[in-house]
Amino acid sequence: MSGAQSARKTSYREAVKEAIREALQKDERVFLMGEDVGHYGGCYAVSKGLLAEFGPERIRDTPLSEGGFVGAGIGAALGGLRPIVEVMTVNFSLLALDQILNNAATLLHMSGGQFNVPLVIRMATGAGKQLAAQHAHSLEGWYAHIPGIRVLSPATLEDARGMLWTALQDPDPVLIFENNTLYNMEGNLSETAGPVDIDTARIRRSGSDITLITYSASLYKCLDAATALAGEGIEVEVIDLRSLRPLDDATYLESISRTNRALIVDEGWRSGGISAEISARIMEQGFYDLDTPVERICTAEVPIPYARHMEEAALPRIDTIIDTVKRMVRHG
Amino acid sequence: MTTPIDKNHATKLLRQMLLIRRFEEKSAELYSATKIRGFLHLYIGEEAVAVGVMAALTPEDAVVATYREHGQALARGMSADSIMAEMYGKLEGCCKGRGGSMHIFDSSTHFYGGNAIVGGGLPVAVGLALADSMLGRNRVTCCFFGDGAVAEGAFHESMNMAALWKLPVLFLCENNLYAMGTAIRYTQAQPDIAAKAVGYRMKSAAVDGMDVMAVEAAASKAADHIRQGNGPYLLECRTYRFRPHSMFDTELYRSKEEVEQWKAHDPIEKLTRRLSDAGLLNDQDRAALEQDVAREVESAVAFAEAGTWEPVENLTSFVYSERREL
Ligand SMILES: Cc1ncc(C[n+]2csc(CCOP(=O)(O)OP(=O)(O)O)c2C)c(N)n1
Ligand SMILES: [Mg+2]
Repeated sequence: MSGAQSARKTSYREAVKEAIREALQKDERVFLMGEDVGHYGGCYAVSKGLLAEFGPERIRDTPLSEGGFVGAGIGAALGGLRPIVEVMTVNFSLLALDQILNNAATLLHMSGGQFNVPLVIRMATGAGKQLAAQHAHSLEGWYAHIPGIRVLSPATLEDARGMLWTALQDPDPVLIFENNTLYNMEGNLSETAGPVDIDTARIRRSGSDITLITYSASLYKCLDAATALAGEGIEVEVIDLRSLRPLDDATYLESISRTNRALIVDEGWRSGGISAEISARIMEQGFYDLDTPVERICTAEVPIPYARHMEEAALPRIDTIIDTVKRMVRHG
Repeated sequence: MTTPIDKNHATKLLRQMLLIRRFEEKSAELYSATKIRGFLHLYIGEEAVAVGVMAALTPEDAVVATYREHGQALARGMSADSIMAEMYGKLEGCCKGRGGSMHIFDSSTHFYGGNAIVGGGLPVAVGLALADSMLGRNRVTCCFFGDGAVAEGAFHESMNMAALWKLPVLFLCENNLYAMGTAIRYTQAQPDIAAKAVGYRMKSAAVDGMDVMAVEAAASKAADHIRQGNGPYLLECRTYRFRPHSMFDTELYRSKEEVEQWKAHDPIEKLTRRLSDAGLLNDQDRAALEQDVAREVESAVAFAEAGTWEPVENLTSFVYSERREL
């Protein structure tokens, strides 16, 4: 991009690390705690180097006690700190689900507004590395079912860099899901990159024929499909939800009012997933804009298998997105 | 006074440890060659634990293991072929390629996995033992877990239930001093794991996990205690992994010197020395064992290479059982 302000090459991993570093520098109350965040340098190397910089009090290695340290994060937030709790992956967060749902999400309400929980929980999510059925699920859509928490899914370097600070300013618990396949993604990030809003969806590519609604790593599958389809004269609009709770209905409904078609691409399972929720909202609020039924491409309803060809078959794929779009556009 | 060594038995233990070592070395190679993918956790250095413990179990006993379980699976008697093919993701693998390295299962040897959620196997082991006790079966369920798992609530809940209900569980802690990159001194207020049994009024012991014969003796004593109806037992095996946690670990958290010091206690070399000192093993015998094991590993690789891919049409099989027993 010519004329851009000075930008530098970085990675998603580095962008998250810079966000954590900035938060630790700007606010004394902020600390990072989780498994292997210190001496190991972070399961995905996100916090590598931070222990030396900030010391073991603020880069706190925890025992393998997910329920315990997530709960302790809630308590520390109640006690006046601003914890960033890292759970290695969403799969292990299930050991802390009780604390997240029964404490973090409900304390404000149960206490009649007396106790809010300003806590940020970060975790990796997603498949694609042949990690099989206990390490590869995408459960962020599940978390989006819970009132009382916010659920974010940064897909870009800007969002990886900018969502954390805004989340820390929020008086309520915020969960940030980082897709494990994005950490190595490289790109240019402006020198002035900083906090971003965490309320709105973004149109990542404009088009007039169909709206693709997606988030996180699936964004890139959709953008690739859109590029391929442009070669065939089909103009695809791609929306990155960014926040799964609350959902920014206005952005995708406005888009559908122009394209009259909607396809949702979601790495979660189909039944009862976030894709079902979005589809229902379109039906409720945008039904008369549609030329063709809303469709969904989700992960097959199977625990993620290990073998590469089976894992690939289970996940949303670019070729199925392309085929589905063509069918919807031609028949709609 | 030392007890005499049973040559055949000791040689069998040595062969099993060698098989695990060479199998794991080959697996690392195949990982670099991208034949094996996903997470791969090697057991190199810890062989004496699985081999010693399995020697104390009967074929009827049940085993629950973790994601670092190739050693347990081999020592339990599963074929190297079926494990290797599983890691290739082939249909001929023990789980048809659905599980991979972290999820080795085998009903014929009562090998209940292959659990990759730290601490996830512990309550399941309690349940297996509960079934045995309610159905009047006299067998032991041996549950392997790491020092890291001891920090999970599941460990404490399982210890309590097993002790409370006097269930036949052998809690087998492989204390290799690290949970991934976090040393036990950073995770345990009480790093003496065997001592934790006291709080549950459970019997326990700690043993040198680099000495296969000591492990076998300690595990046999524990298993006897359990079989006699005295309830569960916690056995802590003090061991060390020579390799990184997984293939992604840059080992920033420990020094080369520390690893070298532990390598001086290599369980395979230790047993080899002991047998040759006793005049029960010469260089030729050891070389013959090596050859024999190399053949087994090579044939496992050939078996995996020749294996087939499961048709994609089968994707959603095994989500629900096909037949409902009425
Ligand atoms: C509940 C849960 N938390 C975190 C992880 C990630 N993880 C995998 S292995 C491991 C270390 C476990 O250490 P330990 O129990 O000592 O076993 P070892 O790997 O040393 O054999 C961690 C943190 C996991 N798999 N499950
Ligand atoms: Mg360990």
